[in-house]
Amino acid sequence: MKHIISALVLNKPGVLAHVAGMFAARAFNIDSLAVGRTDDPSLSRMTIVVVGDDRVVEQVRKQLAKIVTIVKVQDFVGHDMVARDLMLITVSCPGDKRAEIQALIEMFNAKVVDISPKSVMVEVAGPETKIEAFIDSCRPYGIKNVVRTGTVAMARYGRTQAENQ
Amino acid sequence: MSNKTSETVTDRPQRKPGSQIIVDTLIEQGADVIFGYLGGVVLPLFDKLYDAPIKFIIPRHEQGGCHMADAYARATGKVGVVIATSGPGATNLTTGLANAMMDSVPIVAITGQVRTDLIGNDAFQEADTTGITRPITKHNEIVKDPSLLAQTIREAFYIASTGRPGPVLIDIPVDMQTTEIEVEPPTKIRLPGYRIREQGHARQISAAAQAINDAQRPVLYIGGGVIAANAAEELRSVAKKANVPVTMTLMGLGSLDQNDPLSLDMLGMHGTAYANYAVQECDLLIAVGSRFDDRVTGKLKTFAPHAKIIHIDVDPASISKNVRVDIPVVGSAKYILTEMEKELVHRDRTEWFKRINDWKKRHPLRYDTNAGTIKPQYVIEEIYRQTHGDAVVVTGVGQHQMWTAQFYKFKRPRQFITSGGLGTMGFGLPAAIGAQIACPNEIVIDIDGDSSFNMTMNELCTAVQYELPVKVCLINNNFMGMVRQWQHLFYGQRYSCSSLQNPDFAKVAEAFGAVGFTVKDKAQVPDAVKKMLAEKRPCVVDFHVDKEENVWPMVASGKSLHEMDGLDIFEMA
Repeated sequence: MKHIISALVLNKPGVLAHVAGMFAARAFNIDSLAVGRTDDPSLSRMTIVVVGDDRVVEQVRKQLAKIVTIVKVQDFVGHDMVARDLMLITVSCPGDKRAEIQALIEMFNAKVVDISPKSVMVEVAGPETKIEAFIDSCRPYGIKNVVRTGTVAMARYGRTQAENQ
Repeated sequence: MSNKTSETVTDRPQRKPGSQIIVDTLIEQGADVIFGYLGGVVLPLFDKLYDAPIKFIIPRHEQGGCHMADAYARATGKVGVVIATSGPGATNLTTGLANAMMDSVPIVAITGQVRTDLIGNDAFQEADTTGITRPITKHNEIVKDPSLLAQTIREAFYIASTGRPGPVLIDIPVDMQTTEIEVEPPTKIRLPGYRIREQGHARQISAAAQAINDAQRPVLYIGGGVIAANAAEELRSVAKKANVPVTMTLMGLGSLDQNDPLSLDMLGMHGTAYANYAVQECDLLIAVGSRFDDRVTGKLKTFAPHAKIIHIDVDPASISKNVRVDIPVVGSAKYILTEMEKELVHRDRTEWFKRINDWKKRHPLRYDTNAGTIKPQYVIEEIYRQTHGDAVVVTGVGQHQMWTAQFYKFKRPRQFITSGGLGTMGFGLPAAIGAQIACPNEIVIDIDGDSSFNMTMNELCTAVQYELPVKVCLINNNFMGMVRQWQHLFYGQRYSCSSLQNPDFAKVAEAFGAVGFTVKDKAQVPDAVKKMLAEKRPCVVDFHVDKEENVWPMVASGKSLHEMDGLDIFEMA
């Protein structure tokens, strides 16, 4: 099962290496990992998607919490939250397909961010399932390139019970 | 210097080079002994150590220095301090750091680093020390701002010694040592990502106490955490009050006097039959400061199959890592055992102790006492007898280590110093040196294997230089004994690469300036031990023991704890 873990970490060199190294050393699998600064410049937020049963993910959570430069760890599983991926995708787009693709983009509430004579670059944001669906829908036209951020997530109003310790 | 000048100096904030600040902060943190080796980028630091009121011990290899600091910490309960230079100095520390990490030993390691403007340029003796040591330290940090030196060192001592202890490394570029900065008063330690829960949850403690009161066949399973928490006295009170037998891991030996009738001695792969049977038959297993290591549990699926499990540990990540725990209690063993004891009641458990005593009677640890050869166990028993069980005992890793754990009955915590988790061959001699410095008035004996000793015996030089009366008692079977035992049992006696050409260890000792003698005859063992104990200089006694003796009992890898081999071996003899 996929778990989304959110970790508030000190914005210091070596923290990302520590997290990545710990996952590798303990044979945990990272599905995706997104890092960015928070409103407080001394802190960063890591959103890590991990695949594993509850027991594995419990260990992941505890091992993360043990790292001195990690301030707080939350597991969002079973909690109401908003999870989003951002994707940039370049799709082949010959003149005769342009209208079709444009309709698709509108359907997914996506946005054209660049255009060339033979292709379009589209920005899509949303839950992972929507991103996957958009990729599938684009396949018949020919996908040239895909870049995804990995999931970022935030709990909705109210606290998560799995909040660290 | 005139009075006037000194007044002006005190008026303005004092300025000192970083190297002096490092030394001052080490002294402030209570470092009275430091182990370490010089090198280019720690020269400014060593220059300041020259005048410092710190005893400095120079090993012959940084690994030795790290093991010395490790054993010093284990013997005293204080933080061990080790210094090494950049590059190879730092990489040589890694075995020692990993060893301390696995056994939760508080160490502060300081490494020099190339100048900050050279970092990343493949400079001479440059290595990514924080990168290399990240998985084998509790925490590490590179200091790139000299004003953070003092605070970083204070935090290192705090992190190393609190919670589940462990090694912390500080990497200090040479320019941080030479820059002059203003001395700031200490500020409060602020580590937002580091929280320790000392006091367990009151409801969990009550639940644990209730479970113990209700249990018919409980067993306390004690690890090194009890020793690290200085909770041996509290453990004894709990065991006595609730009347619960106690088995200890290799790291836990000494937390309860093994002469106590409640002691089941060591459990696990080479544990006693009565400890392993008791664990397999118990209805409640109370783990304190232990971590369900594979050498302890054997096959996990069938480990303590009838038991409800209580796990008391200061490290939440240890709980439910290997086994499912019914009553987890996160906190310091000292605090939790104290609180728990208040709620415990005495139970007779006559039936349970009858069974245990029956196992004890039927399966004591034994070996062939009538053999004509020197049996390793006999040497260890003789050392035990002549030291009245009071010596500080250190070991290498392998058969001799297991025999020591089996045949030396430890009385008190911090008496047995051994490499448990990492299993570091070569730990023995440097650790004995660290322990002897920690306990100048104790007899310190390194019961070592020939192969283990071969790895770090250059530290004899250190023992001679500092006039340390460490005793090395070699259980010399001319094999990597434990490897040979596995080849004997599981590889059809094909002794691939496990037999070594040894030097004449007695002559080696003499060449180093120590005392050395060889014992080949069983009848000479008592006198040799007596001579060794009386010796005031470092001393190596090379006991040529039975080459193919095996450690019994043994739970083969992947077997359940009760499936021990070797229980009947001496009954046939």
